[in-house]
Amino acid sequence: MDAKQIAEIEVDVLLEAIRLRYDYDFKNYARASLKRRVHSLLAKENLEMPYQLIPRILYDQNIFDKFLSEMSVTVTELFRDPPFFKSIQEVIFPVLKTYPYFKIWHAGCATGEEVYSLAILLKEAGLLDKAKIYATDYNKRSLDIAKAGIYNADNMEKNSEAYLKAGGKKTLNNYYTQQYDAFKFNDELNKNVTFAYHNLVKDGVFGEMHMVICRNVLIYFDKDLQNHAFTLFDNSMVKRGFLCLGSKETIDYSVLKSQYETFSKPNKIYRKIN
Amino acid sequence: MVKPDISVIVVGVSQGGLEALGILLEALPLEFEKSIIIVQHRAADSDSYLSEHLNLISPLQVKEAQDKEPILPGVAYVAPADYHLLVEKQGTLSLSDDERVNYTRPAIDVLFDSAADCYGPRLMGVVLTGNNSDGARGLKTIKDLGGTTVIQDPEDAQVPAMPLAAQAITQIDHTLSLVGIAKLLSNL
Repeated sequence: MDAKQIAEIEVDVLLEAIRLRYDYDFKNYARASLKRRVHSLLAKENLEMPYQLIPRILYDQNIFDKFLSEMSVTVTELFRDPPFFKSIQEVIFPVLKTYPYFKIWHAGCATGEEVYSLAILLKEAGLLDKAKIYATDYNKRSLDIAKAGIYNADNMEKNSEAYLKAGGKKTLNNYYTQQYDAFKFNDELNKNVTFAYHNLVKDGVFGEMHMVICRNVLIYFDKDLQNHAFTLFDNSMVKRGFLCLGSKETIDYSVLKSQYETFSKPNKIYRKIN
Repeated sequence: MVKPDISVIVVGVSQGGLEALGILLEALPLEFEKSIIIVQHRAADSDSYLSEHLNLISPLQVKEAQDKEPILPGVAYVAPADYHLLVEKQGTLSLSDDERVNYTRPAIDVLFDSAADCYGPRLMGVVLTGNNSDGARGLKTIKDLGGTTVIQDPEDAQVPAMPLAAQAITQIDHTLSLVGIAKLLSNL
């Protein structure tokens, strides 16, 4: 056995220790990114080899929390990927309008910026009162930030620009109050939002969703875990429901390929066939 | 020990890349059977023009990499803008939107590290024109894990900084012009 194979065992044992101690299973995460993140944590902790993390993580919850932040580090922002937000107004909202009420599951919402982005657009379309949004993540710290709806105001200009590019009809400052270097979204935006803990690896279905949004989460999963999540989404979806993925994600290599039609190819919006 | 055949070539390029990749990919033969995986630094909001343009002029199929796409022979994959591109042991590609590395996403080092980890001596790494040092450390990883290292001759490069940075920290097996690199690949 060569050194590289032994190094793989080290990572496997680390992940197994984490699973047994904290009930988080990273075994089916895309391995290349996972290893980068393990090595990033090693560097921050002044350690060299993955096995050195095992006793630290077993006995020190803080180190595990750091690992979890490392694993759920997210690039998210208001109206991330404006063409996507523009297209859901154009192609999905007209369908949602036909329901007396509808449910949306935003899986892997991280710190919630994109949930508020969606809520703003629903509000402008007169649909927010008919919506029930479930925004879930497996990082409780991220969920706390999402629930509070308070964000750093450093990038307001960029945020406003993205809002307009996404087809926002007013100005972004209608929706928040700013205080010094932070801003807080108005409570009307999240009154129909339930922020909840949910781990795509081990938790079950959410019922009867008309739209499932899961963007830039599945890229961190291997194919098996991706298929597991896709099946979870499918089982949570009403007939003719919409599945929205990140701009570089696809169902092409998944179990859903033949069961969903492409509704907007560039914006990765799929629709359940029946 | 006999060195195993190269099966995958990873290429990193920055400023001057559109032209350099054009010359390189145009010169490869139709029957080319290795896989090529490319990171070209570019703006976060750029579209898929690069891969479409290269696909038109190259005998190979050139496409933007998709997540979990299998790596096939005779195909060149280009990292999409604003995502890191990584290689998985199963012979598939994966994307990540992790933080920038060397101030850039996609980063050449991220691709090179993950590919070296998967392919070891069956990997060739190529650093072309560019005005920074991304790819230098990754090329060293490729060499350390038994792979073959190639840089564009700094005199042939539109911007020599990137091949020079790679050369400064790694033993380079081949220093060649773009045409020379195309020939080297064709004879693999």
